Amino acid sequence: MTTTTPTATADAELPRLRLDTPPLLVLPILALLALPLVGSFPTWVTLTVAGLAMGMMIFIMASGLTLVFGLMDVLNFGHGAFVSVGAFTATLVLLPMQGWMQADSVLLNLSALGLAIALAMLVTGALGWAFERIIVMPVYGQHLKQILITMGGMIVAEQMIHVVWGPDQIPLPLPTSFRGVILVGDAAVEKYRLIAVAVGLVVFAAMFLVLNRTKVGLLIRAGVENGEMVEALGYRIRRLFVGVFVAGSALAGLGGVLWGLYKETLTATMGGDIMVLVFIVIIIGGLGSVGGCFIGALLVALVANYTGFLAPKIALVSNILLMVAILLWRPQGLYPVAKR
Amino acid sequence: MSEPMLALAGVHTHIGQYHILQGVDLVVPRGELTVLLGRNGAGKTTTLRTIMGLWHASRGALLFDGNDVTRAATPDISCAGIAYVPENMGIFSDLTVRENLLLAARAGEPDTARLEWIFGFFPALKKFWNQAAGTLSGGQKQMLAIARAIVEPRKLLLVDEPTKGLAPAIIQSLITAFRELKAMETTILLVEQNFSFVKSLGDTVAVMDDGRIVHSGRMDELAEDRELQQKLLGLSLDTHQ
Repeated sequence: MTTTTPTATADAELPRLRLDTPPLLVLPILALLALPLVGSFPTWVTLTVAGLAMGMMIFIMASGLTLVFGLMDVLNFGHGAFVSVGAFTATLVLLPMQGWMQADSVLLNLSALGLAIALAMLVTGALGWAFERIIVMPVYGQHLKQILITMGGMIVAEQMIHVVWGPDQIPLPLPTSFRGVILVGDAAVEKYRLIAVAVGLVVFAAMFLVLNRTKVGLLIRAGVENGEMVEALGYRIRRLFVGVFVAGSALAGLGGVLWGLYKETLTATMGGDIMVLVFIVIIIGGLGSVGGCFIGALLVALVANYTGFLAPKIALVSNILLMVAILLWRPQGLYPVAKR
Repeated sequence: MSEPMLALAGVHTHIGQYHILQGVDLVVPRGELTVLLGRNGAGKTTTLRTIMGLWHASRGALLFDGNDVTRAATPDISCAGIAYVPENMGIFSDLTVRENLLLAARAGEPDTARLEWIFGFFPALKKFWNQAAGTLSGGQKQMLAIARAIVEPRKLLLVDEPTKGLAPAIIQSLITAFRELKAMETTILLVEQNFSFVKSLGDTVAVMDDGRIVHSGRMDELAEDRELQQKLLGLSLDTHQ
C-alpha cells in the first residue's frame, strides 16, 4: 500500500458546520413577546410552564410519527389510535390500583404509574407491530391508500375501545402526589406539568442519545436521509422501520397516558383529536426531524396557551397561522432532513 | 480462464412502463477493472442498479461469484460482497465522515490499517473526520463515497460516474485510488463517460446503447482503434482529451 500527496483542492478548508440557531431562538422570542401582552409575570410563568408541559406531551406522541414518515415515507393517520389505546390500557392498572394512586406516598403513586406506563407501552408497541404488518405493509409507496387505510385502522381501534371499555368517558384522576401546585414567587405551577416537562426532557435526551450514540441510531438517521443507500450497505431497512414503528407506537402510548392524566378524562377519540396538532408539529419541525419535532411541539403548545389566554377567539386557528408563518419562512420546516 | 466475478445474461429491466434494459449480456472478469461506456440514457446506471437489486430484472439472469442473484434483495447482494457507489454518491449528509464509514464497516469499527491506507489517497477524509458529510465539497463527497465502498474488502466494486463534475486535481486522486485497488486485484465495474479518465485504467470495456451491450473487448484495443471509438462513442480519442 502506498500513499500519495494530498491534492490542494481536495484538502481545502471547509466552512465549520454551524448550529442552525434561528429556529431555537423562536421559542425564547415568542415567550418574551408574550410577556408584555400577558401583562402579569406570574400568569406568564403559569402559561409558559403549561405550554412547555403540553409541548412535551405532544412531542412524545409525535416523535415516533415523524421518524416513521422520514424513514419509510409512510403517512400514518392512525397514529392517534396508539395514543387512545395507551391511555385506556393504563386504566387497567390505575383503576384497580386506586389505593396506591390515592395513597399519600410518592413511591406508591410512582409504582402504580410506572406499571401503567409499562403496560401501555407494551400493548401499544405490540399493537404497532400488528398495525405495521397488517395495515401499513401492503400499502408501502402508495400515499393515498396509506391515508385511507390508516384512518380506517384508527376508526376500528376507536370502536374496539368502545367495545372493551364502553362508550362512556372514563375519569382518570391524578395520583395524590402529583396534584396541586408549587408556588414560584407569585406564580402557581401545577406539579403534574413539571413532571410532564421532566418526562418529555428524558424522552428527548434518550432519543438524542440513541440517535447519535448508537449504530441503530446512525442507521435510523441514515435511513431517514437515504433508505436505499442504507440497503445498499447491507442493512435491512424494513426491519429497522418495523422497530421504529413499534418504538413510535409505544411512545404514543406513553404520550397517551400522560395526556390522559393531563385531561383527567379519557375518550376513545382523544388520540384522533390530538392528531391535528401532532401533524402540525411534524410539518413545522421538518418531516423526519426529531429535533425539529421537539422545537415544533413546544412552539405549537406555547402559541396555543398564549392565544388561549390573550385571544380565545383566534386560539382555534392560532396553530394553523403558526404553521403558515413557519412554512413561509422555511418551506421545508424548521430543521429539514437532507434527502437524496 | 477463471469464472467471471459477475455475469449478466439477457437481462431486461422495466421501470414502470419503460423498458430500459433490453437483453444485457455482460461479463466482468475476476480481478480486473471493467469499464461500461455509453451515452446518456443508454442504460448504464440501470445496469448497476439492477445488479444491486435496487431494480429487479424482469427477465434474464445475474450470476455473482457463481451464485444466482437475479431475485436477491439489495442487502443480501451487498452482504454477498458487492459495494456500490451511486451516481449521486449517496452519502449521508447529516452524518459525519466517521459515521458514514462506521455504517459501511459491518464488522464494527473500521480497520485502522485499512483506514490509513484510504487516507493515503484521500487525505481530506482524515482532516474532516468529524465534520458533517454535507459540508464537504463535491470532490470530497466522492472520495467519501468511494472510501465507504472500500472500507472493508469487497469482491466487486460498482462505481457510477465518479468523475462527474469534479476538478482535475480530484480526478487525479480518484485515478490513484483506482490504481491502488487494481493493484490489490479488486474487481471493479466502472461506469464512465470520461473516456480519457478510464482508458488508462480499464482492462476490459463494454459499450452500451439503447439498453444493450453493443461492444465488449479489451480496453487497450479500443484505446488504439480510433475508428472503433468514432463508431461506438461518436467521438475520437483526440476530442475526448
